[in-house]
Amino acid sequence: MAQATSPLEVIDDAPARRFSSDAAGLGRLRAGAFVAPALALIAVFLVFPALWVLYLGLTNYRLTGTAAVEPQFVGLDNFVKAVSDPAFWNSTWLTVQFVLGSAVIGQVVLGFTIAWLMRDRTGPLKRTVEGLVILAWILPSAVVSFLWVALLDRDGGTLQALLHVPGFAPLLDHPMLSIVIFNTWRGAAFSMMLYGAALGNVPPSHLESARLAGASGWQQLRDVVFPHIRGHILTNLLLISLWTFNDFTPFMLTAGGPDGKTEVLAVHVYKVAMLGQELGYGAAVSTVILLINLVVAVFYLRLLRSKK
Amino acid sequence: MGLRKRSVGAVAVLAVSTLGLAACGQSSGGDSGGTIELTIAQNAIAGGKNAAAADFLANWVAPKFEAAEKAKGKDVKVKFIPSGVDDEQYKTKLSLDLKSGKGADVIDLDGIWAGEFAEAGYIKPLSDLVGASADSWDGWQQIPESVQGLATFNGKKYALPVGTDGRVLYFNKTLFQKAGLPADWQPKSWQEILDAGAKLKTAGVPVPIQINAGTAMGEATSMQGVLPLLAGAGGEVQKDGKWTGASQPLKDALGLYQKIYGGSGLGDPKLQQEAKGRDKSFQQFAGGKIGILMEGDYFWRGVVNPKDGVAKMADRDQTVGYALIPAMEPGKGLRGQDFVSMSGGALRTVNPNSKHPKEAFDLLAFTLSPDALKEETKDGNVRITPRTDVNKEILAGEPLLTFISEKVLPLTAYRPPVAVYPQVSAALQEATAAVVGGTAPDQAAADYQKKLEGIVGGAGNIAS
Repeated sequence: MAQATSPLEVIDDAPARRFSSDAAGLGRLRAGAFVAPALALIAVFLVFPALWVLYLGLTNYRLTGTAAVEPQFVGLDNFVKAVSDPAFWNSTWLTVQFVLGSAVIGQVVLGFTIAWLMRDRTGPLKRTVEGLVILAWILPSAVVSFLWVALLDRDGGTLQALLHVPGFAPLLDHPMLSIVIFNTWRGAAFSMMLYGAALGNVPPSHLESARLAGASGWQQLRDVVFPHIRGHILTNLLLISLWTFNDFTPFMLTAGGPDGKTEVLAVHVYKVAMLGQELGYGAAVSTVILLINLVVAVFYLRLLRSKK
Repeated sequence: MGLRKRSVGAVAVLAVSTLGLAACGQSSGGDSGGTIELTIAQNAIAGGKNAAAADFLANWVAPKFEAAEKAKGKDVKVKFIPSGVDDEQYKTKLSLDLKSGKGADVIDLDGIWAGEFAEAGYIKPLSDLVGASADSWDGWQQIPESVQGLATFNGKKYALPVGTDGRVLYFNKTLFQKAGLPADWQPKSWQEILDAGAKLKTAGVPVPIQINAGTAMGEATSMQGVLPLLAGAGGEVQKDGKWTGASQPLKDALGLYQKIYGGSGLGDPKLQQEAKGRDKSFQQFAGGKIGILMEGDYFWRGVVNPKDGVAKMADRDQTVGYALIPAMEPGKGLRGQDFVSMSGGALRTVNPNSKHPKEAFDLLAFTLSPDALKEETKDGNVRITPRTDVNKEILAGEPLLTFISEKVLPLTAYRPPVAVYPQVSAALQEATAAVVGGTAPDQAAADYQKKLEGIVGGAGNIAS
């Protein structure tokens, strides 16, 4: 993996990449006018709600009761409550398991494997495999969840009917494993497509030289393919980690149960803010989740930038 | 100059686009040409939850009310807005609707939500909304004091009561016969329930006893589970303004859960954890897999109803037996009673956001007129209506509801009508979930007390 690229080269490159700061020749005002509508939309639909959530997190705002009319400012109480609540950390830990299991391991490995096996193939087999994988990705969540409940249900589920094991209840006995497998199946398409495109960029001549030099399949992957698609891998990891981190679909399979064993953070927020009606506390938890997302994003972006 | 013109143009485009967005946000109900449009919403849907009620509202109330108004020279259109979801989700939807100044003109809500909705200003006293006609409604004289209490908060009437209900123990007579138990079974203590469960188990019944537990069933766990048991052990969730903490009655109630779900095989602990556990318990009872089930009269009317229940039992009247819920031991129940129950009831009120509150109230009162109630409850859809005059007539041919109105309602108890109750109830549900999951009852009770202190504002509000 280690490449002998000195960071100094990057700095040497910098002056050469300098362009005119006004390539389109619009001038500052006109350019500003062009982006203003987009910025206004972002301000209204992204920045304002985000700031509003920050503010709500500092109040005891509720969906009903007196606190719905006159929320009180409670300072950092909600944040203190969140970080000292074992249920919150339990949910965080479950989310980490869910992201590592279904995204970082599941989707990446499955997606790459399919892309690698299909890289040189053409014709109906490739189209069928890719079609099925993509179908799992594009079907609406509610439909897919219903299918999986029908598959895994302990009374009359398809799996139960096939295996004939009385008392076998995957959604209750192995809830986390169930949603990890579900999400791996559901999301592998994105990784498959991204790696499929990336593999197309690996120069065939490099692979051929490696083969001539007697490299095994694994050695070709490690020394030729991975260095070429490193950026793709990291970008893919960044995207699917964040998506999975904030994914709400597990709720439709297990409703966070049994007894909170699949209450990942997205479900946790829904439960405290909507069902528990504590909107203020829910906003505080959301803010903490946002911070965790930022940390994850910065971590990947630094990896991506280093040793480019 | 040209430059400025352009940026002015851009600002104008932006302004227009935001105006357009704002316009999208306001989808007004529309008063096209003198026609008054009224909407009525309930957690009922054709072919699903409370199907009979949905049918009644859409196909009887709407046309009849329109005709009655037309006779008075008013052009009114009524639209029914269905829902078919869990009560907790319906509550969330309803509060979001009301919060954002929307929602149907006439809305149904569970009586226990009245306090928190009123405090939030989501519902208003009827006399404020529609004037004196609310207090002079002729139906009030027909509604018993206790049922009026469901609709009252801080001494003001916020809604009209839609009815009341009660909880009993249902049992499957076919399974009972197989286990050598009598068809007129009436347990006098918790031990007798457990004994019957043991006999059912020996006779090969998969789930001898189902008493709702866990968080997935929501309020059903409280009303058809821990609260009747608490009452049976002589306790109340709140008494004289003080909340009950880790008291002996709570420990006894949780102890019974442990005896049923803690490895004795008398109940199915997994059913309490499943996302759709309560729906499954309905199907299992209808399918002859559950021996004894604690449920409200909704179960009889809306679930195993041979005509349009969600888990129909064609032979309901012959197969399903019912008995009073016994106290832990005779005389050990709430107020020294031998038997206990819990009651609640739905409310129907005018949405404060309604553009036509007077007409909405007329529609509301129309749905609770004797004619409408008789129409709603005909063909086997009998329920306990709020009106004594109607009840006298319609309950006569209905054995279970007569049983509930004569035997259960005199000894029943109500939940405390305070805004914080739903949070307390959720904590109770968590305590039952813990016991089903293997925690010792004393520990679960202690954990409950700790949560309770956080909810009701300190240990000072908890009876020691």
